[in-house]
Amino acid sequence: MLYRTAGQFKTSYTADQALFPVRQDAVLLGIVLLLVWVVFPLTASEFAFQTLLIPILIYALAAMGLNILTGFAGQLSLGTGAFMGVGAYACYKMVTIFPELNPIVAILLSGIFSAGIGVAFGIPSLRIKGFYLAIATLAAQFFLVWLFEKWAWLYNYNASGAIQVPNLDMFGLYVSGPQAESVTEYYIVLAIVTLLTVVCINLTRGNLGRTWKATRDMDIAAELIGINLMKSKLTAFAVSSYVVGVAGALYVFMWKGAAEPNVFDIPLSFQVLFIAIIGGLGSIMGNYLGAILIVGLPVVLGTAADTRIFEMSALAGLLWLAGILAVAFLFWVARNLWGVAAALGFGAAMLLYGYAQTQGFRADSALVEHINTMIVGALIIFFLIIEPHGLNQLWRLIREKLIIWPFPH
Amino acid sequence: MKDTAGYITEDGRQIGGTLMEMRNITLRFGGVVAIQDISFDIREGEVRAIIGPNGAGKSSMLNVISGFYTPSEGEVWYQGKKRPPMKPYQVARQGVARTFQNIALFEGMTVLDNVMTGRLTHMKAGIASQALWWGRASREEVENREKVERVIDFLEIQNIRKTPVGRLPYGLKKRVELARALAAEPSLLLLDEPMAGMNVEEKEDMSRFILDVNDEFGTTICLIEHDMGVVMDLSDRVVVMDYGKKIGDGTPDEVRGNEDVIAAYLGVPHD
Repeated sequence: MLYRTAGQFKTSYTADQALFPVRQDAVLLGIVLLLVWVVFPLTASEFAFQTLLIPILIYALAAMGLNILTGFAGQLSLGTGAFMGVGAYACYKMVTIFPELNPIVAILLSGIFSAGIGVAFGIPSLRIKGFYLAIATLAAQFFLVWLFEKWAWLYNYNASGAIQVPNLDMFGLYVSGPQAESVTEYYIVLAIVTLLTVVCINLTRGNLGRTWKATRDMDIAAELIGINLMKSKLTAFAVSSYVVGVAGALYVFMWKGAAEPNVFDIPLSFQVLFIAIIGGLGSIMGNYLGAILIVGLPVVLGTAADTRIFEMSALAGLLWLAGILAVAFLFWVARNLWGVAAALGFGAAMLLYGYAQTQGFRADSALVEHINTMIVGALIIFFLIIEPHGLNQLWRLIREKLIIWPFPH
Repeated sequence: MKDTAGYITEDGRQIGGTLMEMRNITLRFGGVVAIQDISFDIREGEVRAIIGPNGAGKSSMLNVISGFYTPSEGEVWYQGKKRPPMKPYQVARQGVARTFQNIALFEGMTVLDNVMTGRLTHMKAGIASQALWWGRASREEVENREKVERVIDFLEIQNIRKTPVGRLPYGLKKRVELARALAAEPSLLLLDEPMAGMNVEEKEDMSRFILDVNDEFGTTICLIEHDMGVVMDLSDRVVVMDYGKKIGDGTPDEVRGNEDVIAAYLGVPHD
């Protein structure tokens, strides 16, 4: 009903192959774009920019890069963190060697270096696959982080051994470094992420995407229908590492401001891999959903724990209520009672917490942090159990049900 | 039947000159001889069958033709030229398409995408054009979609176009695999047991499609099949293999009367 596709006919292949063959999808995307391009920048606080908006976008981009390689081309990689590092260090060297260089150009160019390194470490994929390839990319992870630490030229012989983002300006406006405004950084991140998302969508739905997916699903058959496996795998490594490298440059230049080598160590690789898996391997939108869950949710929960539930502003209360009811409704449409129960249970828990607050209960910050971690962990398991193929697939199922809602079949 | 001008079949089709010729092919795996000194030719427009008991080396032969195995000895001549050792994807780009004994579809993709992969070798747009979905890439996508839709119509799988292949039953998967091979517009189509595991009705459907493909597109077909009835009805000429050797070659009727063939299939009387 809400998603009724009846009456939307396609009369040409161009229309059938359009990005959004269903009108409601386009409308939904329009709303999201309006929110992220206009509403959020106008309303977000400094805290929201630095802990939610910017990191979610950057992590989603990194996961998208990994997803090209692992989800679309089927080559398992554990070296994402290191490839992000390559992008960050390349960008750092470029802006210090050529201070005149436009920072955005520098960020976009830095991906080329990580693409090159990615292809080099992707060569083992021509002989090995699966877990064995994962170990080979793990070698990249260890080697590169070691290199970031030992090769002093990379961090300009700093005493600290870390890279510091200098103040960079573009047409008189600081875009990076300590003096840059969050909203400027946000817009730059958003623009680059939007651009690369469009590129990734196009690549994955076209001929190259089919080449990758064929390589992933059955490499022998792929070769026998005319796919050069070497080319297919190495282009996947190149495109993936490019996107990951740009994400790494954004990570340091638009968010952290400084980075030591160990930032790019294996926990970062795992975090990005989790986002890609929870979001859904082989999807583009899933990366955003995964990043919202893994990066955004802990922040939202932490904020909720710090506010006094019954003294919330009316608008905030309404937003919470609408959010919980919307999630419950979507699970209801998907006939998933566990999901409905979880959403409503979460609302009830918040009310209970608010009541406890009025009775003088104060949770100390360590406890909040522990509970927060537990909730996020439980949610990850929950989502993986109800939909092993990730949030993207969950949304697809809900969407299918929305088309025929309120009828079950 | 050795004339270069071809021959005319019983049902009146004109068969052309030699398209592919295997000359003294031998294939060894270590000490095992899978194929021993086999020669035969495939002519343009004909339906050529390779038969033989289990383990005779039929699939190995098909793998030699499609470039998956490089023969230990012997030469493969294709379109009048000796084929140098090459990778399977290069063979595919020369116009040899095939299906597999155990279905080898891309399970994570829709039927349409699977069939579109058959057009891969015909699509030349660069990565920049694809990234922006502009110019050549978007134009090719529509042009090739039209070709693919013709194959989809032909094989009557319109209704499952957007279904992920993983959800389809066996018989339909076989048909989708044929569609993928046909989409490549091959000059030589190799079918590895196209009817394995099918019931009578599905076999009839598949036989009809094979004949129609040969008839309408003039595609040369080389097939391996166990069902004797099917082979004898479909093919113009048959190669019979046993223990890696060629024991018979000729029209179905000739082969049927060949004593070596009868011995290989039914055994030799002891009396």
